[in-house]
Amino acid sequence: MVSMPVLVLEDIDKSFGGLKAVSGFNMSIDQGEIVGLIGPNGAGKTTVFNMISGIYKPTAGKISFLEEDITGKSPYVVCQKGIARTFQNIRLFRENTVIDNVMTIFHPRVGYNLADAVFRTPRFKRREEEITSQAMELLVALGLEDRAYDKAMNLPYGAQRRLEIARALAGRPKLLLLDEPAAGMNPAEVVKMVELIKYVKDKFSLTVLLIEHQMGMVMKLCERLVVLDFGQIIAAGLPAEIRSNPVVLEAYLGKGAAV
Amino acid sequence: MPDKNRKKFIIVLIATIAVYAVIRVLEGTEIINPYWQRVLDQALIMTMGALGLSIIYGFTGQFSLGHAAFFGLGAYSAGLFAKLYNSDHSMFLFIVSLLIGAAVAGLLALLIGLPILRLRSDYLGIATLGFGIIVKVGMDNSNKLISALGGATGMSGTPQIANFDWLFIFLILIVLFVRNFVYSSYGRACTAVREDEIAADVLGINTTKIKVMAFVLGCALAGMAGGMYAHRYPFLHPSSFDFLKSFDFLLVVVLGGLGSITGTVVTAIAWVFLLEVLRFVLGETFIDFRGVIYALILIVAIIMRPQGIFSGKEVGFLVPKPFDTLVGRKDGVNAGSGS
Repeated sequence: MVSMPVLVLEDIDKSFGGLKAVSGFNMSIDQGEIVGLIGPNGAGKTTVFNMISGIYKPTAGKISFLEEDITGKSPYVVCQKGIARTFQNIRLFRENTVIDNVMTIFHPRVGYNLADAVFRTPRFKRREEEITSQAMELLVALGLEDRAYDKAMNLPYGAQRRLEIARALAGRPKLLLLDEPAAGMNPAEVVKMVELIKYVKDKFSLTVLLIEHQMGMVMKLCERLVVLDFGQIIAAGLPAEIRSNPVVLEAYLGKGAAV
Repeated sequence: MPDKNRKKFIIVLIATIAVYAVIRVLEGTEIINPYWQRVLDQALIMTMGALGLSIIYGFTGQFSLGHAAFFGLGAYSAGLFAKLYNSDHSMFLFIVSLLIGAAVAGLLALLIGLPILRLRSDYLGIATLGFGIIVKVGMDNSNKLISALGGATGMSGTPQIANFDWLFIFLILIVLFVRNFVYSSYGRACTAVREDEIAADVLGINTTKIKVMAFVLGCALAGMAGGMYAHRYPFLHPSSFDFLKSFDFLLVVVLGGLGSITGTVVTAIAWVFLLEVLRFVLGETFIDFRGVIYALILIVAIIMRPQGIFSGKEVGFLVPKPFDTLVGRKDGVNAGSGS
């Protein structure tokens, strides 16, 4: 299969007042890749995610998705084009049930109107049945089917992370952005999360861009890494190259650490 | 299991008819005298309006302090239409005027909703409060534009068509409407906006559209309730639609528990009756202490149960069965409380 770039970021700048959060950021991701975006705290990784998903508008530069310019488009438009994401600090619809969290995301292609809902027409019933079973399939894929009718806030931490992924998948994305999917997990859970991301990527033929701090996970999972520090790319390449790159070690551990 | 659903439907239908019959019998035997009948009708109207705010605040999380303005707009527009064109008490024109009340309130909600719904919580509250004041001042001076509206002296002359039967039927229809709305993709989108607007946006929900839709629907319900009010009580006065009335709606929705249809209905009825009972208990001399007592009840209730009396719970028949049979649904889980 000939690979084509799914996502291209060209010369992205983002300033908040006088603070340059990201500057001169360039990146291209091909179909089917898993790319890791790493860097110390405050390097601007989440800012990059927020620009891709439309929460922030870049100060300068261009973002293209499948060769279409999506710079500055509203978040819901970007998502409907095929980019879904999870959040570093879990943002579920906490009071709603697990399955409702997933079903909500079917709304843009729900296939019935308000009158169908109010009068409970056959079309409403048919579509609700379809959406319910599709949502349930996603929950099964992520091992959440037993908790389908619990409130999202009552799930254990790891399950909440998985639910965020299930919910993102409900938007039928082509590109999945994962913001620290293994944050706060122990080594055993991290291993499981790595397996899960690989499984999900193959099952739903996704391209994945992830932010992560846990080096073990990044090395096992990513085919390519981009390292960000103070809003600029300081290194990019294969995990093995990055691991021994003195500039990266310095950014993470301070001057002299590379010795 | 259609059998089980049909059974449930029949039980609810019988229960509804029974409630109606009991009230009519009590009325016929004068156990409910005309005075209490008026109070009961008032309670039903309050419930309709409060259900509108329940959609806006309870389910969609948009804080509105101007609900009485939409209630008043519905009352005045429906009342004016009926006063001018329905002197012979036509049922058809009665329904038309209710729809006019709902449409006027809904249209104005759309016009002010588009600019102000981008604001969040407290700012939105202040903006809606401002709108409420504009409407109140507009009503006070309405006679300068259309003399039939009466301005600060109030308006009378609307035919008195709405009675308990009409109110009861409309309330049932409105409850069904709200339930079917909440338990649909639209309702899920509303609660998603309430729970986390940014997450909803990033995951493909057009949050502005959802918020405006909820606001317009909720205000249209208030307008329809206002139309009923105009056709039930012979005299409309701007002071019935001021900030304090908005506060009443808000109290009912919060006290009943955000995100609960049951809570809103029960609390609205209880609230109206509580105010009337206090009038008797206190007697004429101490009537002004009513404000103190109900404020105390409110404070105690909120301290004891900050999540509201029903806190997102519903009685069974207000929660439709889910469409799958893979796993059982747990009791007491539904659209979730908005607290």
